[in-house]
Amino acid sequence: MSAIAAVTAGGARFLLERNLMVYRRIWLVIFSGFFEPLFYLFSMGFGLGHFVGHVNGISYASFIAPALLASSAMNGAIYDATNVFWKLRYAKVYDAILSTPVGPADVAVGESVWAVFRGLIYSFGFLIVIAALGLVHSWWALLALPAAALIGSAFAGLGVAAMTYFRSWQDFELLALVQLPMFLFSTTFYPITVYPHAIQWIVRVTPLYHAIQLLRTLILGSPGLPQLGDAAYLAVLAAVGIVIATRRIHRQLLS
Amino acid sequence: MAGSPLVHARGLVKEFGRLVAVDGIDFDVQRGEAFGFLGPNGAGKTSTMRIVGCISPPTAGTLRVLDLDPVADGARIRAKLGVVPQQDTLDSELTVRENILIYGRYFGLARADLREKAAQLLDFVQLSERADDPVEPLSGGMKRRLTIARSLVNDPQVLLLDEPTTGLDPQARHLVWDRLFRLKQQGASLILTTHYMDEAEQLCDRLVVMDNGKIVAEGSPLELIRRYSTREVVELRFADRPPEPAELRVDGLVDRIESLPDRILIYTEDGDHVATALHERGLETSSVLVRRSTLEDVFLHLTGRSLVD
Ligand SMILES: Nc1ncnc2c1ncn2[C@@H]1O[C@H](COP(=O)(O)OP(=O)(O)OP(=O)(O)O)[C@@H](O)[C@H]1O
Ligand SMILES: [Mg+2]
Repeated sequence: MSAIAAVTAGGARFLLERNLMVYRRIWLVIFSGFFEPLFYLFSMGFGLGHFVGHVNGISYASFIAPALLASSAMNGAIYDATNVFWKLRYAKVYDAILSTPVGPADVAVGESVWAVFRGLIYSFGFLIVIAALGLVHSWWALLALPAAALIGSAFAGLGVAAMTYFRSWQDFELLALVQLPMFLFSTTFYPITVYPHAIQWIVRVTPLYHAIQLLRTLILGSPGLPQLGDAAYLAVLAAVGIVIATRRIHRQLLS
Repeated sequence: MAGSPLVHARGLVKEFGRLVAVDGIDFDVQRGEAFGFLGPNGAGKTSTMRIVGCISPPTAGTLRVLDLDPVADGARIRAKLGVVPQQDTLDSELTVRENILIYGRYFGLARADLREKAAQLLDFVQLSERADDPVEPLSGGMKRRLTIARSLVNDPQVLLLDEPTTGLDPQARHLVWDRLFRLKQQGASLILTTHYMDEAEQLCDRLVVMDNGKIVAEGSPLELIRRYSTREVVELRFADRPPEPAELRVDGLVDRIESLPDRILIYTEDGDHVATALHERGLETSSVLVRRSTLEDVFLHLTGRSLVD
């Protein structure tokens, strides 16, 4: 009886345990994602920044650092979510799990939380680096880590949900086709005012834009009411992602 | 509790779109029993097992498992089941031991208890020496044994085994049979599917024969053979064209004749007598075999097809 109670209290944690078991052996892999934002920071922030000078009154490196933090939270979460495709279609990991008391919602939540965890490792490391480089301008930055967790949740939820729609490895080309432009155009490297009005509205719809707004205002020290909207938008996406993923896993594996 | 059946199914139906995989079946499995589903490919065995295992909702019908409703109480039922699916679903990113450990965790079992449990189970299926190896390089039979060990981690009251020995060599198969037999002696109930009649005869107290989603017969292996076949069978093979079945009727002694592509089966109470009589008539055969009836013959009689095609 107690076993059952423990399970209904959140089978999601057993997925975390499983992934931890796997990564215990290959933990070095985890660090691969750590360097990407650093490379961008040094090449664009300092290299290109040398010619750009200042944006909105701050150094170019200071301007893009929070955005790189946001996109690394995004990439980290999505990268890990893609493992879900393999586990779902090929490794049959969830087929085994669902024949135990653990249910589809536990799977969706567990895998999302794991992806967020992994993204957070990168975010934490990167945050330390940019603080050391003097690119953090406010104590509000203490909220950057929880914000990165929220950003990770949104992209992990959407990522896991997207994986349930993928049919083959070719579909990952599509993912790249969404992810890369979002990274480049969601005000990562310049302010939104660069765009004509109509385009600005398209940019405002992308989740990464809100992620960047949230982190940039926190790290530069000017968060305001709109940031509650950014956070709410990301939270809604996270919830929608989890709900869709749960339903799809249920429909596909428990038919 | 004691009197109610472990599984109680009435009018169970499973449809996949327009395809009817399970077509209104009734059965009861009693506690402590070994119950089998015997049938050819596509009969609906796996579909039925998945419904009982609460990982596939029935399209229609009533089902009680362990006195609970699978749709409402799926997780509570699954907590008490051990499942060996038709296709192994071992976790290829983990070692042999870790597969059992994490599977136990999915049931919410304590990590401290699982260490010992995993060692016991690996010993039980003779995989202790491979405990810390990855799963992928294991042979098919070893994987199957690991899947069985894994299914026992929660001390299940009921074991659902979907073709537990398909693809195993005779030695591995006998090991599995032996282990299942021991579990049964320890009080576990077994529900299994197979298309091996010898497996059904070895393991099952009672079985149903399925064909095209329907149950076509039910009983103990012996009962089924008595009811649907004769005591003995004469198997004739011919070098060239076989004779017409009518020519093989040995007056009054032949119950039934089945013509298969490669042989003719004569069902009779006295096989030796029939064989001798045919020999005396000068029948040209390439081989004559007198044997006892098996479930294979029951199946052939009921469906007009052989089990393993
Ligand atoms: N998920 C599914 N979607 C669509 N059709 C299915 C599904 N699962 C089973 N079927 C169909 O249901 C029928 C019964 O299949 P099932 O797997 O239950 O047979 P089986 O008796 O287990 O056969 P086998 O001996 O080959 O394992 C088959 O025609 C199969 O194609
Ligand atoms: Mg099957």
